[in-house]
Amino acid sequence: MDLMTNWMSAGAEIFLLVMVCAILIADLLIKQSGRLVTYMLAQLTLLGCSLITVGTHENGVVYAFHNMFVDDLMSDVLKLLTYLAMSMMLVYSRQYLTVRGLFTGEFIVLALFAMLGMMVMISANHFLTLYLGLELLSLSLYAMVALQRDSAIATEAAMKYFILGALASGLLLYGMSMLYGATGSLELGVVSNAIQYGVADKNLLVFGLVFVVSGLAFKLGVVPFHMWVPDVYHGAPTAMTMLIGSAPKLAAFAFATRILVEGLQPLVQHWSGMLIILAVASMAIGNITAIAQTNLKRMFAYSTIAHMGFMLLGLLSGGIEGYGSAMFYAVVYVLMSLGAFGMIMLLSRVGFEADTLNDFKGLNQRSPWLAFMMLLLMFSMAGVPPTVGFYAKFSVLNAVVQAGHIWLAVAAVLFSLIGAFYYLRIVKLMYFDAPESHEPIAVGQDSALLISVNGLAVLLLGLLPGALMSVCAVSVQQSLLLH
Amino acid sequence: MIFGFPIISVAIWLPIIFGVLVLSTGDDKNAQMARILALVGSVLGFLVTIPLYTGFVADTSEMQFVEMHDWISRFSIHYHLGVDGISVLFILLTAFFTPLVVLAGWQVIEKRVAQYMGAFLIMSGIMIGVFAALDAVLFYVFWEAMLIPMFLIIGIWGGQNRVYAAVKFFLYTLLGSLLMLVALIYLYNVSGGSFSILDFHQVAIPMEAQILIFIAFFFAFAVKVPMFPVHTWLPDAHVEAPTGGSVVLAAIMLKVGAYGFLRFSMPIVPDASHYLSGVMIALSLIAVVYIGLVALMQSDMKKLVAYSSISHMGFVTLGFFIFNAYGMEGALLQMISHGFVSGALFLCIGVLYDRMHSRKIADYGGVANTMPVFAAFFMLFAMANSGLPGTSGFVGEFMVILGAVKANFWYAFAAATTLIFGAAYTLWMYKRVIFGAVANPHVAELTDLNMREKLIFAILAITVLGMGLYPLPFSEIMHVSVNDLLVHVARSKLPL
Repeated sequence: MDLMTNWMSAGAEIFLLVMVCAILIADLLIKQSGRLVTYMLAQLTLLGCSLITVGTHENGVVYAFHNMFVDDLMSDVLKLLTYLAMSMMLVYSRQYLTVRGLFTGEFIVLALFAMLGMMVMISANHFLTLYLGLELLSLSLYAMVALQRDSAIATEAAMKYFILGALASGLLLYGMSMLYGATGSLELGVVSNAIQYGVADKNLLVFGLVFVVSGLAFKLGVVPFHMWVPDVYHGAPTAMTMLIGSAPKLAAFAFATRILVEGLQPLVQHWSGMLIILAVASMAIGNITAIAQTNLKRMFAYSTIAHMGFMLLGLLSGGIEGYGSAMFYAVVYVLMSLGAFGMIMLLSRVGFEADTLNDFKGLNQRSPWLAFMMLLLMFSMAGVPPTVGFYAKFSVLNAVVQAGHIWLAVAAVLFSLIGAFYYLRIVKLMYFDAPESHEPIAVGQDSALLISVNGLAVLLLGLLPGALMSVCAVSVQQSLLLH
Repeated sequence: MIFGFPIISVAIWLPIIFGVLVLSTGDDKNAQMARILALVGSVLGFLVTIPLYTGFVADTSEMQFVEMHDWISRFSIHYHLGVDGISVLFILLTAFFTPLVVLAGWQVIEKRVAQYMGAFLIMSGIMIGVFAALDAVLFYVFWEAMLIPMFLIIGIWGGQNRVYAAVKFFLYTLLGSLLMLVALIYLYNVSGGSFSILDFHQVAIPMEAQILIFIAFFFAFAVKVPMFPVHTWLPDAHVEAPTGGSVVLAAIMLKVGAYGFLRFSMPIVPDASHYLSGVMIALSLIAVVYIGLVALMQSDMKKLVAYSSISHMGFVTLGFFIFNAYGMEGALLQMISHGFVSGALFLCIGVLYDRMHSRKIADYGGVANTMPVFAAFFMLFAMANSGLPGTSGFVGEFMVILGAVKANFWYAFAAATTLIFGAAYTLWMYKRVIFGAVANPHVAELTDLNMREKLIFAILAITVLGMGLYPLPFSEIMHVSVNDLLVHVARSKLPL
């Protein structure tokens, strides 16, 4: 493996690292009033990353750095979507953070470091690389949640996040060490082969698997490892919640598929059973508990839990259909979640967070267009056509039925029905109730444009979902099943 | 398709595009503009559907005016539209009612006019899509999308308890639809990767699966019809919806459920349909008799007509599940007739409500003295609702009863009681509202119909009478399709 290939396949990561360091230094010289320069630099970095990712794309699967790192179609597609999600996150949060005095260089640098972590996770081909990426992402997120130093609730959230995150990392590492003991390697492909053809101790493997799956479940935030999700979503400033709730879900999908499918495929009968329990419990607890929430961010936290459960259904169904649908679900979820948190930030003002249900009362009278965008987003989350959320659910259900789990599909739709109630309640508040405040909604032009694009994308992708579905299926097919 | 012109697509998308245009006129400063645009859009929307009738070839059960394009190639989902003798009349019915609904809301709706008119136009296009879709996913998309505008219409412009009714309506119907979705996906997998409804008709399915599929479809369609145990959303939704909403619900949306039985349940799982037909007939008869009695006791006019709708739709499902040509054709005619009649009755109640802001029967009395023209129209529609010969209501009921006699005398006996109950609750309501001495000063101040209202009722009256006196244009177009459907349903689809 020559040096050039190594560098080429990790080109975007290296570029990003260099740029983050440059931005960190440049930001020292910039006064608070000129923070826009840092912001523009960050956006340019994202643009540069996407050009590099597209430019260095190779057909087939390229391994680099002694098989620690992999560059395939799935990683390229996921990375491009991650850049897009991060860029949208920055646009949405600029005004929100500025008025709260949080629009600092640290925020941008930490966000970019978090993204670097995601990219490493997406491209990992080795348990240690996966862990490295995960920790880089998590550490940046802990710091970002705590960025609002004088907010007790944010600090508490950061503390909880950190402690539970550390516990999860411990579980994950413990599991990995078992797998290493059983197979003698940490490289995903080698582990897979060793389990398949070797004489690895089955008990040890399954023991390790349980810890790995638990660690994974912690990071995904699925029941019963979900307790941190509502507290962190609620406590963190909304911009950070948006970051936690969007792009990392793509990385989490990659993380789960890399470990479970590329590394532990031979143990599929063991882990698919575990995932069934996790998925059903998440959909049940997530959807039912969300009904009782009055705080919108907490409600979306529980809704995330339910959505992650739904995504796991795709993963456990297996095959191109299963993995492809899970990836499609993750992508669609990120799009919807960006829009939903974006809307909360758009409606917030100085000293006022629009994060309770009552803040959405009568939105149709205050701003019909924003209400309509939120309506599209909510119906999409509920999975009602003609929005793209329907096709996400549809493709997962199709995979589940194809795998022969018809009762699982029935359970899934019944829990979605419960879920529809609380999304519907937001529509009800916006359209049927009278507004509580008549404060004019001051929306920056950039975020107003973005929310329109975001909302209409949910509708247009709902009318023509074929292309995105195919991209997901093809990239999964090329990356996971050709080994 | 005539000369390659996609008539069905135009019929679907023209109202939707006009609906978006109406929405874009913005707030109530441009209300008049929104109204005119909505009227133009809905009239054009009706005109473009007329070639579907005039160009229809009645001696085949093949799909006509077919359009087919790739849509989501990964799942071989097509944008596949077409009509046969069963669906074509419902498309016309839908397009026919949209201008009437727009006219009915012309002055009454004062707040958020553009949103009201826009929602109705968009819903009209979507409902035509439901009747024309030949691809299961396309059907499902239209089917669910229909809920969104109706949810908003009930919730924004409805009566006092509108929010409860809107949420109940949405969740009830969503429950059924989601189970249907699982059934459709299952069918996709057993049919070897096709979502075409016509392919579903040919797939062999074992009995246990047929029964489960039937139950899943039953939830979806029975909720919409609505059939006896799952009907409770309807009185709430009807009572709280604005007049236009009630009209569309009664005239068209209920038909969508019954249409689903014909297009999905019966041809896809014929063995289960036969196996469970006893249950279906029992539920239908309960609806006819029991709900008829419930209607008798209502003190709210809208609720009364809502229960009467459930009872009449019981007739329709009875007609389907006795599996003979009289029953099925009669049921289809009953659906169309009930569309006109119940739509007209809701418009009548709307006229009274606009003037008095009450739907209570007890608040009225002697309306004939102040509104003679209205009383005459109302009389005609009330008679049609109770199935008087010469009105459209008679034809369908009579044929269903004929069919029921062939199947089993006691079915017919129970069903025929509707002629008594129907007359009883409709005419008793009519008597209490219209006749007698002027009940109170409010009634004395009532003004008779204006030109706009006269126009709406005249159109409906001509249709109701026309269909009652000469139903052939309606029945001949569906004849071949119904017979072929019955032949298809009689064949077992169990795997050999």
